[in-house]
Amino acid sequence: MSRTAAALALLVAALTLQVGLFPQLSIAGVVPNLALLVVIGAAIVRGPQYAAVLGFAAGLMVDLAPPSDHVAGRWALAFVIAGYLAGLVRRDAQESAVAAIATVAGCSFVATSLFALSGLLLGDDGVTVERVFTVVPLGVLYDVLLAPVVLPLVIAAFRRLDPRPMEAVR
Amino acid sequence: MRNHRDDERARTILVLLVLASISVISIDAGSGSDSPVDPVRTATGSVVGPVQSGFSAATRPMRDLGDTFTSDETLRDENTALEKENAELRSRLRSAGADTARASELERVNRVAREAGFETVSANVVGYESAQSFGRTVTIDEGTASGITNDMTVLNSDGLVGRVVDASPNNATVLLIIDSDSVVGGRLGSSMELGFLTGDGDLSGDARLSMDALDETAKPEKGDSVVTWGSRKGVPYVAGVPIGEVADVDTDPRNQSSTARVEPYVDFSALDVVTVVVGSGASDDKTEAAGEER
Repeated sequence: MSRTAAALALLVAALTLQVGLFPQLSIAGVVPNLALLVVIGAAIVRGPQYAAVLGFAAGLMVDLAPPSDHVAGRWALAFVIAGYLAGLVRRDAQESAVAAIATVAGCSFVATSLFALSGLLLGDDGVTVERVFTVVPLGVLYDVLLAPVVLPLVIAAFRRLDPRPMEAVR
Repeated sequence: MRNHRDDERARTILVLLVLASISVISIDAGSGSDSPVDPVRTATGSVVGPVQSGFSAATRPMRDLGDTFTSDETLRDENTALEKENAELRSRLRSAGADTARASELERVNRVAREAGFETVSANVVGYESAQSFGRTVTIDEGTASGITNDMTVLNSDGLVGRVVDASPNNATVLLIIDSDSVVGGRLGSSMELGFLTGDGDLSGDARLSMDALDETAKPEKGDSVVTWGSRKGVPYVAGVPIGEVADVDTDPRNQSSTARVEPYVDFSALDVVTVVVGSGASDDKTEAAGEER
């Protein structure tokens, strides 16, 4: 239970930085998706099943915590899929830093695109194709920029929470 | 060891969670303004909101430090004096912007509100929505404990900021008027024509509002100021709050209507102290008068 609490505390910290600090350093309003980086770090340590569950929790938190006002469940859906995908390629991500960064880039692209797509389907007027083509690449760029700093910290945190040796993958 | 059974279980969980997410989306999107998700939103806000407020308060000295380094003391004094003069020259409701001293900022906001006869609560903006969420909302550090409830008007010393869309005990979420979901009833300062202002949802800080006049023959003019027309009991917007200035006008010759592009007075990329109108102490005609002085 305390492990779960620690993982949730990590998510709250990520979210707080995301809405409270990085808007001062945003690129055209785009901030690093720290909650997603936490989910990716968990995926690299614990695998796809754990990452999908944590992704669901993280996504719901981003959906429901202030200042969110969009339809709830959209980030949850995006993070579940992104976390699962990161878990599938974790063997490569464990072995090389380049692969880990590539995982971040891919998951950032998938997550933001899925969120935008659900917005388009639901008729959210704020989501325009033109905006998606600005926000998605900038989001990938910012997540990749921060990954070398944030990802090692997240991975270290999840290893301490779960000291078993990382699963060997056949 | 990972084996075939583990893979299968992970896939099952993935499918279940995707379905769960879609269910949440359906419930929230399908239930309109009275969503069962709203209480959960408020509960989450009551836990996460104070963390945002605390973080913002803790890092404020660092943010203010930037101002100290970037501006020379004498220049700042001169700036303040000039600004005071400027403010007197302008209409009573609008004051000069960009004063880094928070105390005078607060005083100005309160004066604006007092002159219009509102009961107000001051709050700080402690969180901004990211562009990845495609919305323009902020968190403020006051909530139902201070009397803030949904659909209250939020302004600052420059003009209208937005309205409250969700309030937890110590925090509230404010929908900015530049969000694409925001619609405000506005009145042109010169002709008194009424219209609706819709946000364009721009994410990068160069947002505009588009105003469609109710009376299609109305011709907004460039430089014309727009104020809120207000509604009965001041919900969601009280009357006479300055919104912005007409930047340009698109006329459609085919159906003789024109849409004005309005540049908001408020700088939404640098929100700090805001005022929430929690009650209108004045009678209706007094607030009307405040609107008509412009």
